[in-house]
Amino acid sequence: MLRPRIIPSLLIQNGGLVKTVNFKNPRYIGDPINTVRIFNEKEVDELAIFDIEATVLNKEPNYKLIQNLAAQSRMPLCYGGGVKTTAQAQKIFGLGIEKIALSSIVLQNPTIITEIANKVGSQSVVVVLDVKKNFFANYEIASHNGKKLSGLNPEKFVQQLEEIGVGEIILNSIDQDGLMKGYDENLINKIKSKITIPLTVLGGAGSLDDMYKIIKTHGVIGVAAGSLFVFKGKYKAVLVNYPTREQKQNLF
Amino acid sequence: MVTIIDYGVGNINAFVNVYSRLNIITKIAKVSSDLDDAEKLILPGVGAFDYAMTSLNNSGMRQKLEDLVLNSKVPILGVCVGMQMMGLKSEEGISEGLKWIDGENVKFDSEKIKFATKLPHMGWNDVEKSINNPLFQGLEIDSIFYFLHSYYFKCNNLNNIIAESEYGGYFTSAFQKENIFGIQFHPEKSHGYGEKILENFAKL
Repeated sequence: MLRPRIIPSLLIQNGGLVKTVNFKNPRYIGDPINTVRIFNEKEVDELAIFDIEATVLNKEPNYKLIQNLAAQSRMPLCYGGGVKTTAQAQKIFGLGIEKIALSSIVLQNPTIITEIANKVGSQSVVVVLDVKKNFFANYEIASHNGKKLSGLNPEKFVQQLEEIGVGEIILNSIDQDGLMKGYDENLINKIKSKITIPLTVLGGAGSLDDMYKIIKTHGVIGVAAGSLFVFKGKYKAVLVNYPTREQKQNLF
Repeated sequence: MVTIIDYGVGNINAFVNVYSRLNIITKIAKVSSDLDDAEKLILPGVGAFDYAMTSLNNSGMRQKLEDLVLNSKVPILGVCVGMQMMGLKSEEGISEGLKWIDGENVKFDSEKIKFATKLPHMGWNDVEKSINNPLFQGLEIDSIFYFLHSYYFKCNNLNNIIAESEYGGYFTSAFQKENIFGIQFHPEKSHGYGEKILENFAKL
């Protein structure tokens, strides 16, 4: 039986791991390579790694770091951050990454997806949608760490992405990010019903129960989390953690 | 020693790392002469079928590779698209396959998949019915592996099937024809289970 995927999501800034709240106030967590090693030991389903400054500072992806992460990882890796061209995507695949996540570039130029998919296969092309409620309380896609609103409606845009041939969508709630108070179930329900490609949800998970709720409703889905897998306790002490195989089995 | 074929497609470093943990020597082959001393071969692959075939054809290694596999009977393991390339053709593209094994790659039928999420087949799934094959020694029960694909290999000779997985019906997740092995899942990204397969292959 195909299982739901439980995915730690790691943010990189200036070569170190950080964690944000509502996409702001990045707090230093630790060394990314070390963290990947710990997640290896915990037999993680999949790992997502996002460089949160590459696009904002208009930088090239940090190829050296990506190569080191891929070399250490015994689980599938998804990389996102600053990827704008097919050449960059191919270079990153060559370093040993299974999936490339595109974000801001897709909002400007969705056809880039077809171009990259022709080289690497559409199953490996992921689009990350950072979504927040706008002034009128409607969901809207944002970019540049939530600072730029795109005017795009996520419900419509995901259908367009599926038609173009995206392999997976990661739906990230800016409003829930780092709060650890549960996923935005309303947003997830809206998006999930519009697509048949895999969906991974991110933003807000504070417990395995939060993940259980989503899996119970949606079955085969990716449930991702940042804070949940790097913090422990009320005071958010840094402790890299992940459910055991038995704990995971109880979520399915 | 295991020789990993580097034709620009696939995660070469991940295989090297798994083997280095197992204390098994690897060699990366980028040109034909690198294949001279091959004892075991791995043909990795990710991405689109046509792009992978074109890359292998342009690598200058194909002729030597065919000689090793078909005449010298050197064991070879095709992974993911590397497995698919060993067949006749693929619905994903127009390129001809290597034609080392009788079968072709077809797209999953979305209608038969019972989940709301259809394709690609992405994530951890069971590999079943893998009985009495040296590649799966020690992995007969409770083994899960990471899959990422929308096309699968359909064996014309059912005797070649050595393991199956379920996604909208059973499909071939591993085949063997003499010295030619193919696996659809990613052993290099499947933790201890994948490591065991790669170890078994090296010890064939």
